[in-house]
Amino acid sequence: MSVFSTILRQIINGLQSGSIYALVALGYSMVYGIIMLLNFAHGDIIMVGAYIAWLCMARFALNPVLAILFAIIGCVLLGVSIEKVAYKPLRNSPRISLLITAIGISFLLENAAQMIFGAGAQVIPPFFTVPSPSIGSVEIPGTAIVTIAVTALSMVALTLLIQKTKMGKAMRAVSEDTGAAQLMGININRTISFTFAIGSALAGIGSVLYCTAYPQATATMGSMLGLKAFVAAVLGGIGSIPGAMIGGFAIGLAEALVSAVGLSVWKDGVVFAILIIVLLVKPTGILGRSMTEKV
Amino acid sequence: MERKKLIPIPSRGLMTERDIGKPPILDIHSLGIDFGGLHAVEDFTLVMGRTEITGLIGPNGAGKTTVFNLITNVYQPTRGVILLDGIDTKGKSTYQINQMGVARTFQNIRLFGELSVEENVLIGLHNQIHYSFASSLFRLPGYWKQEKQAREKAGELLSIFGMQDLRAHQAGSLPYGAQRRLEIVRALATNPKLLLLDEPAAGMNPAETAELMENICKIRDTFQIAIMLIEHDMSLVMGICEGIAVLNYGKIIAKGTPDEIKNNPVVIEAYLGKKEEEGAC
Repeated sequence: MSVFSTILRQIINGLQSGSIYALVALGYSMVYGIIMLLNFAHGDIIMVGAYIAWLCMARFALNPVLAILFAIIGCVLLGVSIEKVAYKPLRNSPRISLLITAIGISFLLENAAQMIFGAGAQVIPPFFTVPSPSIGSVEIPGTAIVTIAVTALSMVALTLLIQKTKMGKAMRAVSEDTGAAQLMGININRTISFTFAIGSALAGIGSVLYCTAYPQATATMGSMLGLKAFVAAVLGGIGSIPGAMIGGFAIGLAEALVSAVGLSVWKDGVVFAILIIVLLVKPTGILGRSMTEKV
Repeated sequence: MERKKLIPIPSRGLMTERDIGKPPILDIHSLGIDFGGLHAVEDFTLVMGRTEITGLIGPNGAGKTTVFNLITNVYQPTRGVILLDGIDTKGKSTYQINQMGVARTFQNIRLFGELSVEENVLIGLHNQIHYSFASSLFRLPGYWKQEKQAREKAGELLSIFGMQDLRAHQAGSLPYGAQRRLEIVRALATNPKLLLLDEPAAGMNPAETAELMENICKIRDTFQIAIMLIEHDMSLVMGICEGIAVLNYGKIIAKGTPDEIKNNPVVIEAYLGKKEEEGAC
């Protein structure tokens, strides 16, 4: 295989995994933007989505479309309930309490999944089969095309939602000044729930797409994926929605290029090296706004 | 609308003559809040007519902004009752108070600085825009119609202050005076019955203040709403307020018309200090 085709293949791989990182990173960034919480349980929502898909397909032999729908709806319900049960009572507590709670929820979900589904991996049957076209000698996996297309569509929908609808404006208002937003008649609780719902729906979509690429569910699959998406969100500028998109693709491509030069064992290391460099050089990320502490 | 004299309401204070016979917009009785051991506001009793302009004045730290925060339930009162258009506001959330008809501006401007001027007003219109999530997702006709109406409404409101040409500007990049005006427009967008203005003339020159006074009266006349304002600029307070309440150390020390307040020895003492007693060094 020529150098060119190796690079092309790795770029496509990078865009595919980058799409998933971006979808997950969006959830991190949106939640951080609105309640200043690094929601470390966010990655584990993907794991739950994968198990729901597995249950639907392998256990109950449901139609794949239903399985996808249930996985996404399951993620939304889980995300919103986590906020209601675990984060809402701490709304006025120090931010560190929220952060520790998020880590606790993450462990709770992972261990609960291990208890219910066992420690072994569960194989998820393919949702759909798509033909894989070729460019020259390079075959482009159909799942990669679907993943990139679905991600692009989700991002367009999200951008329209945030820019053009009243709920999107409410989200931006709450993220800028919660108190003033409330005095303008905006229901904060509803807006925060809505943000978690949207973030979790994106995670649900990410979960399904992840399972098309790596068709198995394990209890800990969400933690590394979640961490990398977190790095993507920080790289793009946490709190920034276009930043999360850019960061996700950047991390995916960086991983793929490291693999392309034959250093695939260093893949994870490079991602976290990027985190360290970003934090040292430009902690606000590519598109982040500089934070002024509110008094 | 000409100014009328104040008429005493039994046990509750004063109200403008033209609002007599209509239920008051605001009826506060013995309101108080403690911060730790400090009585930040105590025994605050005030009644306001439906189209009255009331001034809340007093030295720095007297508790004026705290009263605004109590009316909007940002702080929960320790004691007392607030009736807003006859409805007890106890236990309501801040956003519900806004939906019940109270809007406010802030002493330190709190616009959504990263959003456009128009978007700031549209956020004020939030509760008057009704479309389902589905219709916004799929861009159904209901969505377009509502969004169009909202933008037209925003344009109308901005034109009160002649700001309709600034709609695409980022709110945070506007000059100071324009930001203050935009805050009032955003508050008006929530369709209030009572508008609370926290130091609307702060940082304005006399010409701008004069214009602001005209605009406050215009807003009251156009929208037929009550306006309570906190202000240190006495030309503004004495110029447009029909009733004035003077607050010092959390307590109302005087209430009345501008003329009564101007000549009230207790008020003069609170502002200028007590005359030195003879014999004291």
